[in-house]
Amino acid sequence: MSRVLELDGISAGYGETAILHNIDLHVDEGEIVVIVGPNGAGKSTVMKAVFGMLNITAGAVRLGGDEITNTPPQKVVTKGVAYVPQSANVFVSLSVEENLEMGAYISKDDPAPRIEEIYQKFPPLREKRHQPAGSLSGGQRQMLAMGKALMLHPKILLLDEPTAGLSPKYRGEIFETVHEINTTGSTILMVEQNAKQALMIADRGYVLVDGENRYTGGGQDLVNDDEIARLFLGRRTS
Amino acid sequence: MMEFLSFYLVPGVVLGCIYALGAIGISLTFGILRFSNFAHGDTMTLGVYLTLSLVQLTGLHPLLVMPAAMALTAIIMLGLDQVFYKPFRASPTIMLVIASFGLMLMIRSMVQFLWGVQLQALRTGIERMSFYGSFGILPRHILIIGATAALMVAVHLVLTRTKIGKAMRATSDNAELAALTGIDTEMVIRATWVMGAALAVAAGVFLALDTHVETMMGFKLLLPMFAAAILGGIGKPYGAVAGGLVIGIAEEISAYPWIGAEPLLPPGYKAGVAFGIMVAMLIWRPQGLFRGRQF
Repeated sequence: MSRVLELDGISAGYGETAILHNIDLHVDEGEIVVIVGPNGAGKSTVMKAVFGMLNITAGAVRLGGDEITNTPPQKVVTKGVAYVPQSANVFVSLSVEENLEMGAYISKDDPAPRIEEIYQKFPPLREKRHQPAGSLSGGQRQMLAMGKALMLHPKILLLDEPTAGLSPKYRGEIFETVHEINTTGSTILMVEQNAKQALMIADRGYVLVDGENRYTGGGQDLVNDDEIARLFLGRRTS
Repeated sequence: MMEFLSFYLVPGVVLGCIYALGAIGISLTFGILRFSNFAHGDTMTLGVYLTLSLVQLTGLHPLLVMPAAMALTAIIMLGLDQVFYKPFRASPTIMLVIASFGLMLMIRSMVQFLWGVQLQALRTGIERMSFYGSFGILPRHILIIGATAALMVAVHLVLTRTKIGKAMRATSDNAELAALTGIDTEMVIRATWVMGAALAVAAGVFLALDTHVETMMGFKLLLPMFAAAILGGIGKPYGAVAGGLVIGIAEEISAYPWIGAEPLLPPGYKAGVAFGIMVAMLIWRPQGLFRGRQF
């Protein structure tokens, strides 16, 4: 398996304030890797650092061997990284189909065949293709956000808390969808609040506390680890 | 009834067309560049004077040389954007507003310096109304309404059928997500200036065809254009069109003798009508008719 993404001793933050300290993390091709941890641990910050949205002060980010440390978001996209933010992740006044077209903005090819494939993955989107994305339910919006991110066959998909604010019913659906996207060939790095459910579908997990990497292990192993379960998985918000 | 149509409603629609074309630019600039562009009225003035020079140079009808004036004004705006606005992209909005205020004064002074301050005209001579039964309309009004309709269709097609148009709407909707999606925001900004400037020139030329050419003409339009953009919902180009038409028509028909033989409002209060509508809208429905961005 080849290494898709590697974070090598990353320290990063907003301006001078460091949030992440010496983070090591990697994602191999075909894997789904989950970052869990308590609120304010810097989980989402890891993604933002990869995507060039904040300042990395030490360490390196590599994408398939290419260094992309502090590369601005608009460039990172062209290198094959797709990022789905936690909220406001679709263009609400554009139609579902236009959102998908925008997902392929940087490509010169006709997006229609890929849109068709996305509709096959997410049938509810096809029914609502001409409706504004703002009229979709929470779960469907997440589907659209993921579909939009998948438009260009990214090397890696970064998902920032895809189940945030969703009801338990939708939550399960989204995890199933994420799992399915992964099994059909996409490499995924996901940040999640619902740690237990997320780790169940993960190949590997990282437990982040106070901007530091506390535990690393196989997804199942972390769920079964008593100490981790007691510390981080007991509470729903962990 | 025919008097109302010929002398109040049609001129109202014509004025509304002019406001609408100008307001689209204001609304787009606000949506995409996130600031109120005070220089928009004087961009219009500049375009009118360029048209005037081209008319004097070629002897052609103003509408025939207008595309060239649109292109020239767009190029000038792209240059001004690089110098005056680009350094402030990441700055608080107020910086951009003040920059546009400065630019407004500079463009106007430049126009006054180059072309003089005397009244001029794009076309000379008096036009007679054409009558259809008892309904009369000025040929230039037919021209203005027709050309506006054509431009609106063009704007609609650009915004809904082209990649750059969709990217403009996406950026107006959520600029941060647009950048994360890989949309070239600088390209979108350039397209916004080109579209805004071209439509402003059209609005100015239509106004000059209907009245005359003077250096304050664009500035005088600034208030009703902002009122139109706010009425329609700021950041919503279709709202700006609706807002422009409502305000243009409201201004004209407010002078109709609805009660008795006197005008309901003396024509001198026309600008007050636009202002009144804008204030009422900001109080009761700040998001505008088309649910635009709230202040």
